Amino acid sequence: MHELGIVFYIIKDVKQAALDNAVSKVSGVVMNIGEVSTIVPDYLQDCWRWAADKEDLLKGAELKINTIPAVTYCEDCHSEYGTVEHGKICPYCGSEHTYLLRGNEVEIKEIEVPNQ
Amino acid sequence: MRIFEDQNNTKTKLSMTDEVKVIEIKKSIFEDNEKDADALRAELKRKGVFLLNLMSSPGSGKTTTLIQTIGLLKDKLRLAVMEADIDSDVDARKIKEATGIPSIQLHTGGMCHLDAEMTRQGLDHVALDGLDLVILENVGNLVCPAEFDTGSVKNAMILSVPEGHDKPLKYPLMFSICDVVVINKMDVLPYFDFDPEKCKEYVHMRNPKAQVIPICAKTGEGVEVFAQWLEDEVKQWKQQ
Repeated sequence: MHELGIVFYIIKDVKQAALDNAVSKVSGVVMNIGEVSTIVPDYLQDCWRWAADKEDLLKGAELKINTIPAVTYCEDCHSEYGTVEHGKICPYCGSEHTYLLRGNEVEIKEIEVPNQ
Repeated sequence: MRIFEDQNNTKTKLSMTDEVKVIEIKKSIFEDNEKDADALRAELKRKGVFLLNLMSSPGSGKTTTLIQTIGLLKDKLRLAVMEADIDSDVDARKIKEATGIPSIQLHTGGMCHLDAEMTRQGLDHVALDGLDLVILENVGNLVCPAEFDTGSVKNAMILSVPEGHDKPLKYPLMFSICDVVVINKMDVLPYFDFDPEKCKEYVHMRNPKAQVIPICAKTGEGVEVFAQWLEDEVKQWKQQ
């Protein structure tokens, strides 16, 4: 459900990029998806296939997902650690004063256009 | 939309491979929405209208809480309600019949949340002139509405006792963006393993600044605390 909404945003941005670059066919869209972005890649793929095939510009276009590992920073001991393994509590010093450095991305990295 | 700008300030970066041409974009899909939300907030500020985004799971008692809150505020503030649902207009009708204040229904067309553009389109149907407060009742869902800024000044959410005190652990983003967490259905506390203190602790783990307000929307108990918070926020914002 959530993923379908995200797909509509991707399609809107890709259409605009195609227009700006005078492109009439897109063969692939590469996404950077953070590990803790709440996006489920399989669902995103399913929603993409359904919605992209309804657009002439995107018919058959492949959605490629780069997963960005989530990293959290500890303000107390200045270390960085994997968010998925350890969560909000720093595994080195036990501090709760931590924040997410990366891993929340939902961004379009690039689009691929058939070379003619 | 801006196509990726690299350090040399060339507008579009192209790289060629054998089969495909690659156009680099590097753009968060939330970027447009965040701009729309900021623009809407600025517009509402000029008009002196405060927008509250109210979120929750389905069935947590949002509409009943709203009716009670409106009852306490309608002589003090001029307000309207926007109901967002996937379908039906039962909530908008219920609010209008119970309180007499203007209430409009938005349909999200199957979408699980409302974004800033949809909110703005909805507000076009509300007579904003002279209003102090618009309450947006977002789609009942704890995941997606948290990701999309609606252009609201403050965010509030309702968590009800039967849902369990561990919800802040399961839906961290929602709790981290809310200024107020209302705990509803306190009257059924004896029948559930809901620990209000634990719940408060979990909310504050996600958001130390969030205010937690226990209420019972059915009897109206505690609703005055939420209404007072809202009234103070509206007044403060209008003076800024």
